[in-house]
Amino acid sequence: MTKCLDPVILNLWHPIGAIAEAVPGAVQDTVLLEERLSFALNADGEPVVWRSHPDVQGPARVPAADRLPARSTYGYVWTSLGSPPAELFLIPEYEEPDRRKLNAATFGVNVSAPRAIENFLDMGHFPYVHTDILGVEPHTEVKEYDVEISVDRDEILATRCRFFQPMASTASDGGADVDYVYRVPHPYCSVLYKSSPVDEARRDVIAVFLQPVDQEHVRAHMLLCVLDEDNEDKVIKRFQQTIFGQDKPILENQVPKRLPLDPRAETPIRADKSAIAYRRWLSQKGITYGVIPVAA
Amino acid sequence: MLEEARSRWHPIAAAHDLQFRHVFHGQLLGREFAVWRADDGYVNIWENRCLHRGVRLSIGINDGRELKCQYHGWRYSNRTAGCTYIPAHPADAPARTITNRTFPAVERYGLVWSSEEPRGELPDVIGLAEGKLLALRGIPVNAPADKVVERLKAYRFQPNGAIDGEGAEILIDAAQDFAVALRSRDGDAQTHGVFFVQPVDSNRSVIRGVLDQDAEGAARIDILRHHNERLSKLRDQVEREAANVPSPAPIEPVYERVSAELAEMPGMTTHGRKAALRVTVARKWQTADGIAGFELRPIKGILPTFQPGAHIDVHMPNGEIRQYSITNGPGETDSFVIGVKLERDSKGGSKCMHETVREGDVLAISEPRNNFPLRRDSTKTLFVAGGIGITPLLAMAQALKNQDLTHELHYFAQGEEHLAFADRLKYLGDALKPHLGLSPDQTGAELRQIVADYRNGMHLYICGPGPMLEAARKIATEQGWPDTAVHFEYFKNTNKIDDSSSFEVALARSCVTLQVPAGKTIMQVMRESGIDVPSSCEQGACGTCVATVIEGEPDHQDVYLNDAERKAGTKIMTCVSRAKSARLVLDI
Ligand code: FES
Ligand SMILES: [Fe+2]
Repeated sequence: MTKCLDPVILNLWHPIGAIAEAVPGAVQDTVLLEERLSFALNADGEPVVWRSHPDVQGPARVPAADRLPARSTYGYVWTSLGSPPAELFLIPEYEEPDRRKLNAATFGVNVSAPRAIENFLDMGHFPYVHTDILGVEPHTEVKEYDVEISVDRDEILATRCRFFQPMASTASDGGADVDYVYRVPHPYCSVLYKSSPVDEARRDVIAVFLQPVDQEHVRAHMLLCVLDEDNEDKVIKRFQQTIFGQDKPILENQVPKRLPLDPRAETPIRADKSAIAYRRWLSQKGITYGVIPVAA
Repeated sequence: MLEEARSRWHPIAAAHDLQFRHVFHGQLLGREFAVWRADDGYVNIWENRCLHRGVRLSIGINDGRELKCQYHGWRYSNRTAGCTYIPAHPADAPARTITNRTFPAVERYGLVWSSEEPRGELPDVIGLAEGKLLALRGIPVNAPADKVVERLKAYRFQPNGAIDGEGAEILIDAAQDFAVALRSRDGDAQTHGVFFVQPVDSNRSVIRGVLDQDAEGAARIDILRHHNERLSKLRDQVEREAANVPSPAPIEPVYERVSAELAEMPGMTTHGRKAALRVTVARKWQTADGIAGFELRPIKGILPTFQPGAHIDVHMPNGEIRQYSITNGPGETDSFVIGVKLERDSKGGSKCMHETVREGDVLAISEPRNNFPLRRDSTKTLFVAGGIGITPLLAMAQALKNQDLTHELHYFAQGEEHLAFADRLKYLGDALKPHLGLSPDQTGAELRQIVADYRNGMHLYICGPGPMLEAARKIATEQGWPDTAVHFEYFKNTNKIDDSSSFEVALARSCVTLQVPAGKTIMQVMRESGIDVPSSCEQGACGTCVATVIEGEPDHQDVYLNDAERKAGTKIMTCVSRAKSARLVLDI
């Protein structure tokens, strides 16, 4: 497989690890877009990222030429192999002081990043893949919702999404429709807002940041930014890990692994509106990495 | 070589790999298959990829009649591979053209055979008589097929009758590109073995051996073990050799694109096409008093996919065309079974079916159309059938039964002898509730009880004679059932059609404006100007000719739309309904 030549993808910020799991001074090795990278937090707790090199053993001695752009945002270390924009997309809720912010999990999945994003946007699979948790038969309908590609923010927004969830809130034990809003502000990242079971007026935020290891492998970093004062970290994390563990075998059994952008490669239905918009958006951006572009 | 290989038949599994309700993952020349046997014995070999989002169907669920995808629960029918249900849109019937790619399947010599583009039939293999054969365990080898075949020519084994012996004499009977036939002789014992090599991919193969004699018990196990050990050794040798040369690139399968029409996000309705199919009457029998059952089999090929609630048009020898619901359960795709009631005042339709049509006759039928789709997201489904109105509801009830979804089938009939399709009714078990010999008043009282407890999420399906249907709809409304939860199908439209109005129809997409005079229908006028309109009953009962109204006020004269739909004024049956306004704009 050739290394990434896609300029759009090269110039993006990509997540490579959770800050909470980094020990200051300790070097971690990872792979991004088929390049071997190392990173560590320096004495000030700032991330330093460089192309892996046997001679470089720690953040203090990285030659300037080997250093890559680095930032710490939303609890993760981000880097880029090109010239990234000054800012990363915004998640304003992250700043709200009463929210719990956690890296729920980092999972390796044998699939392309765009396939994983589509799965994140998809409600129709809840009764089948997340049975009794996010959905249950016979409540399988995906009701009409709205999707727009916002030009000024350059992101996809799906609103008015509703799906029947058994045990929708901690207060009542019956099932009910739960509201969702989905954003795709980055080709390989998505943010989901979901009715909070504890506060009707606010929403939990769950984001998935995909680290493209290569065209057909990702590391999925899952951020939780939720309203929950009662449960222990590990309980909250375990729930998301269960959900993700259910998606993984499905994702790894999708063929082809890269996302086909040709509208005639697969059969969309109305429920797939957001995925259709996403594929179109990737096409318009001219993205070639992790996808099968439309034949010219 | 590869092109040549594509047009040949190859074994892709042993018959015993296709276990009950299992889906086997097969592969041939780089292409993956989902292989499954339905409960009726039919072997399905499909592209291993759900048409929706590409998930492997080999991880799907075989319920004996249909294969269900794990990701979003799409269901594909036995034999036709057509999609019968899309759970995300329970109210819509999936387009009949959502059909997975299928490959031919032949079971012979204890193996399952297929081919990508077969030239001709599966050839007979000399020396292997069907019957007392022993298929060995398949041995996967990481090497190209030709290398494996080369090695197999030197394969040594003992005949079944002298399995513990040593030094049998081996003769090569035949050797081809993908098979070697060997004969082993030791004293009086002699066994003929054919070793097929399945080209899985450019660098992977499976050896599938078949011996010309079977054995029982311990002897059989000894024989299997004997070959297993020797073939495994052979595999190790071939793999060692293959590891020394660079391995060829894997074969990239080419996936067919879906039709342009399906790639668009589909709208709410789909139209069947008129193409007539030819079927023979394989069986005709009296299934109840005054009701004849007909089993219609395709003359060649397979029948198209149907969904519960669908009907076909039957073109009769006397020129009449009538609609009959398909009573089949899911996955029962080798024939269509319909029920025809002899109508006393028959204009020749049911009379012709009862008196003229015989077993062996050929009839032309339309493709199935589904204007009475079944939701399967209901918390409880009630079916109310009157007399011959049982037919569509029977298909629906069997579908729900197959998926273990809660339902009741209330069947009103004059007496026991009037209950049709006893075998199918029996399959439904306790869900069947017959109501026999009731007067209209008693029927009303019974209906009132049946629909008494409406809860959000329940659905009611009614089919039967006009007066009973009217009564049931009225009672349901009185008991608080919303229009959206009550679904019905009339046999015919008994309304007196008033065609005295004249008005203008503009067809928005075709960019034409037509005048509809008194005495002619919108459909007739459209057809006269060459516009193709699908239709079936042509009396406002079946829903096939529905059109979307963009502007104007329809004058509904059909019995297909419910009150809410009539009021909304966005749909019109062009075969009978007209306009109250001077102008109607349709989305055609
Ligand atoms: S991928 Fe098979 S149902 Fe969606
Ligand atoms: Fe999921």
